[in-house]
Amino acid sequence: MTEQKERELYFWLRLIREFEDRISALDKQGKIMGGVYSGKGQEAVVVGVCHDLRPDDWIFPLHRDLGAFLVKGADPNRLMAQIFGRRDGFSKGKDSFLHGGDFSRCIFGATSMLGSTLPVAVGTAYKFKIKREDRVAIAFFGEGASSRGDVHEAMNFAGIYKLPVVFLCENNFYAYSTPNELQFAVEDVADRAVGYGFKGEVCSGNDLHSVMKAARKAIDRARGGEGPTFLECKTYRYHGHSEHDRATYRSEEELITWESRDPIERWEVYLGKRKYDIAAIREEVGRRVKKIVEDAVAFAEASPVPEGPEAMEDLYATPITEG
Amino acid sequence: MPVTYIQAINQAMHEEMARDENVMLLGEDVGILGGAFKATEGLLERFSSERVVDTPISETLIVGAGVGLAIQGMRPVLEMQFIDFISCGFDQIVNMAATLRYRHGGQTACPIVVRGPCGAGVHGGLYHSQNPEAWFFHVPGLKVVAPATAYDAKGLLKAAIRDDDPVIYLEHKFLYRRIKEDLPQEEYVVPIGKAALRKEGRDVTVITYGSPVHAVMKAARDMASEVDIEVIDLRTLLPYDWKTIRESVTKTGKALIIHEARLTGGIGGEIAARIAEDLFEDLDGPVMRLASKDTHNAFAGPMEEYILPNQEKVTEAIRKLAAY
Repeated sequence: MTEQKERELYFWLRLIREFEDRISALDKQGKIMGGVYSGKGQEAVVVGVCHDLRPDDWIFPLHRDLGAFLVKGADPNRLMAQIFGRRDGFSKGKDSFLHGGDFSRCIFGATSMLGSTLPVAVGTAYKFKIKREDRVAIAFFGEGASSRGDVHEAMNFAGIYKLPVVFLCENNFYAYSTPNELQFAVEDVADRAVGYGFKGEVCSGNDLHSVMKAARKAIDRARGGEGPTFLECKTYRYHGHSEHDRATYRSEEELITWESRDPIERWEVYLGKRKYDIAAIREEVGRRVKKIVEDAVAFAEASPVPEGPEAMEDLYATPITEG
Repeated sequence: MPVTYIQAINQAMHEEMARDENVMLLGEDVGILGGAFKATEGLLERFSSERVVDTPISETLIVGAGVGLAIQGMRPVLEMQFIDFISCGFDQIVNMAATLRYRHGGQTACPIVVRGPCGAGVHGGLYHSQNPEAWFFHVPGLKVVAPATAYDAKGLLKAAIRDDDPVIYLEHKFLYRRIKEDLPQEEYVVPIGKAALRKEGRDVTVITYGSPVHAVMKAARDMASEVDIEVIDLRTLLPYDWKTIRESVTKTGKALIIHEARLTGGIGGEIAARIAEDLFEDLDGPVMRLASKDTHNAFAGPMEEYILPNQEKVTEAIRKLAAY
């Protein structure tokens, strides 16, 4: 890996962290309506997968994957406006947080029925296959969503047709409050892949190297016509399910253990081992990401609040007006 | 040569798939078998298994993958083997497809058609007889159509495939082989959103769609000496053609809505309320409804007959309204 690439990855990790922290702070100040689902602690997963994608590959992020938007090239200003519910957001204020994707960057907006995007990703991958397009689809989901029928139906179909799709499971051990032992009876949910006729892999979601290596293999497999991969990244969210959730269902010790595996600190240790001046890099990148996020907040705050009647727009591509 | 209702559907599929290479079909047994009712016969042989996909039994996948294809420029037709099974794909229709454009602030369209055989009268029992239009009538972002003739079956399916919004296409299985007519040689579509005035009349407006259109037309003929009935076949249920309803009811002053779907929470309730609100001054009698009874689609013959709005009940309802 080149030094430039290593620094770029560090920049993404830090930008996401800065963005997440700012949103959490704004939420506490009452400046953001609606739910905020922090992905703090899980940054290495989205960076490790998305940095390797091409502009015309599609991603189907879930509610906690704000970072995937950024790495895939979404404009931070518009992303912040989206979170603020403003007219310049991808939804133009019509829905909150990550429910509005950015089609110009091949980013799909999820629904709250987690796992529901997997069949959609599979349909997209089917099109890539029959049109002989060298593109892949990345379907993000949590270990909680893995219990839904949508996930099963999507994986089963993708296996039959060996579709160019990566099923990227962010296993952060809790679906809201429900721990894994109440979600499934296996240690690694990726074990299910064998039942669909494709490879299942497990990696450390807090270790950028581990994610990058596994993601590269899965993406290469998809591009090479070898079919899907169920890639499970074990990770942890520092915050609750959403900002209003104090996550009393888990122990302080557990959180501390995971904080000691922080993906950004780990990458800094690695950069240090490479004999870079980590203190200087940290400061320089810190300045850059702070500026980007500050600008994004300023943009979002200046973006118009939609008018009430705009709620009636964008329902239909070809509206039929009443005679 | 006269074409049956189901042949008309098959023709529409053939023509649209030949016209546009992005039109495709996903469903259970639609390829090798040609569909449980043969609606999709010949498509696999003509257009390859890439475009005519025999899916696993996975209605959620069928609709969800349809959305994934649609955002990539394809125009998938998604068959529910029986429309009753649409409940298994419900979330993908109402929360995924219907909200797609809206939650993306107009960045995308969602050109999918979800079609399948609906309707009772063929001893189908609980899960092969349903009329689910009311579930979808309540959902902004969707369009819902229900043809009653072979001409409309073909023209509306072609229009639905070309439409950029998600369309629920309800084909009535009772009509599949029971009605036929000569269709134009030349290309045509039936526009979504336009009702058909099946018969002009002065005394009573009957607003209906799907299978009951034929019972109403028979009543209009049989009762011609006692009441002059105007018959509106809605064809599109969402959005329904209010202009045609308004003009007719303003003229006749009497409105009866007939559908095979059950009464409570049915589309008839909404149309009746609209007439009552907007046309109150024009009315010469109560706005009436005739629909299936509020129970499940019972299997045994006498029960099914008891539930459905059959010829006898249609005649009786019209007579009752005409008497005001």
